[in-house]
Amino acid sequence: MNKLKESIGWIAVALAGAIAFAYIALNRGENVSAISLVVAAVATYFIAYRYYGLYIANKVLSVDPTRMTPAWKHNDGLDYVPTNKWVLYGHHFAAIAGAGPLVGPVLAAQMGYLPGMMWILAGVVLAGAVQDFMVLFISSRRDGRSLGDLIKTELGVIPGVIALFGAFLIMVIILAVLAMIVVKALADSPWGTFTVAATIPIAIFMGIYLRYIRPGKIGEISIVGFILLIAAILLGGQVAASPTWSAMFTFDGKQLTWMLIGYGFVAAVLPVWLLLAPRDYLSTFLKIGTITGLAVGILFVAPNMQMPPLTKFIDGTGPVWSGSPFPFLFITIACGAVSGFHALISSGTSPKLLDNERNAAFIGYGGMLMESFVAIMALVAASVIDPGVYFAMNSPGAVIGKTAVEAAQVISQWGFVITPDVLLQTATDVGEKSIISRAGGAPTLAVGMAHIISGALGGKGMMAFWYHFAILFEALFILTAVDAGTRAGRFMLQDLLGTFIPSLKRTDKLVPNLLATGLCVMFWGYFLYQGVVDPLGGINTLWPLFGVANQMLAAVALILCTVVLFKMKRERYAWVTILPTCWLLACTLTAGWQKIFHAKPSIGFLAQASRYSKAIESGQLLAPAKSVAQMQQVVLNQYIDAGLCALFMFVVISILFFGVRACMKAYALNHRTDKETTFEALPEGASV
Amino acid sequence: MGKYLGQAAKMMVGQPDYEAYVQHMRLTHPERTPMTYEEFFRERENARYGGGSGKCC
Repeated sequence: MNKLKESIGWIAVALAGAIAFAYIALNRGENVSAISLVVAAVATYFIAYRYYGLYIANKVLSVDPTRMTPAWKHNDGLDYVPTNKWVLYGHHFAAIAGAGPLVGPVLAAQMGYLPGMMWILAGVVLAGAVQDFMVLFISSRRDGRSLGDLIKTELGVIPGVIALFGAFLIMVIILAVLAMIVVKALADSPWGTFTVAATIPIAIFMGIYLRYIRPGKIGEISIVGFILLIAAILLGGQVAASPTWSAMFTFDGKQLTWMLIGYGFVAAVLPVWLLLAPRDYLSTFLKIGTITGLAVGILFVAPNMQMPPLTKFIDGTGPVWSGSPFPFLFITIACGAVSGFHALISSGTSPKLLDNERNAAFIGYGGMLMESFVAIMALVAASVIDPGVYFAMNSPGAVIGKTAVEAAQVISQWGFVITPDVLLQTATDVGEKSIISRAGGAPTLAVGMAHIISGALGGKGMMAFWYHFAILFEALFILTAVDAGTRAGRFMLQDLLGTFIPSLKRTDKLVPNLLATGLCVMFWGYFLYQGVVDPLGGINTLWPLFGVANQMLAAVALILCTVVLFKMKRERYAWVTILPTCWLLACTLTAGWQKIFHAKPSIGFLAQASRYSKAIESGQLLAPAKSVAQMQQVVLNQYIDAGLCALFMFVVISILFFGVRACMKAYALNHRTDKETTFEALPEGASV
Repeated sequence: MGKYLGQAAKMMVGQPDYEAYVQHMRLTHPERTPMTYEEFFRERENARYGGGSGKCC
């Protein structure tokens, strides 16, 4: 009887999803509600979890609820703690969700919301959630060891080192692209710059409070910090309104770049309790709160989609980023569909907290479904604003011009009719001088969120507040990622340099610390600077590099999972990981190849380099460069980007080679060869 | 419910349950003195940010 009830429930979920999908697909009018996207997505998640996530758990991996997890075996109350599954779900989600799922879908919306939505859903179900879950499982059966370690033990030392080297390069690109999003959002925005700058003294105040006044009381000081943040946003409005104050907080992209580089260096050298940790508390709670608020806002306001399901830019000529849907759509939306970086989290803190293997699917597969939902909400936020405003915000100045009149004319010609007045009015509504060419996703998302949240709370008069709230919320956790990442990069570098000069390994000594931090900041600072001065606005260069890198790491993680399945002699189920691996390899290798060799300068690095070289020879000046020296710099930048892209391809191809070799070796043997820790039974009554 | 929410919020920023730590120390290492909450908090803060990164993009 219960079985029948359960089946009826699942049929209802499936029907709801099918109806929502049919409504989206068949509706040719203009009134597709965002709710239908949400219903279609949520129904997909439930069905996928129940019928694919649990299939992987029970059949492919055959999880064992009687097996002792590392949390019990090594329980120390610190790193290894058996944790309630809901509490761990929160921890895991907070660790995997960042700026990625919020930005990619916004950029992908130039092709319409349908292609992005389809990839987010298909990608998460078949690739992203599978990867997160399986890496969590594999790591938890190996004492919670890290991805690099897992590759070393299962594939060999050389592929392990290659993967670690790749992970370092990926981090450099991630930091550069994240910092660039902040620069693009704050350029010429005194309100935004003031509020973000104000987070530094607020965080330091919280840090001192937590250290000396009432140690460890995170809750109360976070509430105080939150109130101060809101005050900073309100004060920011006053700053922007005053001519003298606003001049003090108005900076262009290059100035902000140097400030961020300086900030990154100082923040990574300071003790963690002073700035990094308190700001992380604030940004984590704000992140969870804002995501929840956005979900409630979408359900409550039920806005209609303004962006068409498909735009004419599906042919690859779009202004936001260049290239055809295959492979570039699948590179643009990385986090939200599949993200290699999650493999580092799934083999980081989470496996050490897992109380029972039975819950691994819920944490790994389910956690990624939630991140995918965040991506869907970002897509909705970008699609409920006027498409004309969307393109004005996301197209580079070289394409649409610098003024509202020029931009409105160009964009109207594309078929997204808009008047200069609407562009000016939108800027006034959100309290900015201009919204034109604010690439990078964050400002667009902020306008979308302001649109949705002000619909529920405060009306149009509150739009400027909500816009700056959204900018602050993104900048806050991006800055946290920048200084946590710089710190992590510094340790990696010291480790690496220490193999040649042992004294550099001392992480507690000032000179090696400053040297490694400086190098690390220099690496990402270089890419950030070149992105800011890039002829096509930076996002066009850096975001695909980031996407390629991130998806390649995912391919590496899935190759590891495939090897482990072969070594466990469960190769009959290996299609579960081979399928997404092949797809990711096809996307990333094609994209990597095209980014290097494509004949169009807007896509291929080498073509762009030769365009500038030719202009130098014939004595022409190509914008935005203002001198021959700057043009030579652009040429060099393009060669470095092409080289980096080639390096990423080398990393993934070599891991593929070692992976295939390991699979063949395991297949030829008739016994298990994986390096799992030996089975120990979970003690009687061990539960949380 | 409230207890779990509090725990979840702390776990999100890398602070496990202090009570559980103390109980673990009492049961398995009765000869050692457990850290005070203050020491425990600092130890966890350093562990979270001192070494590698525990965050995503």
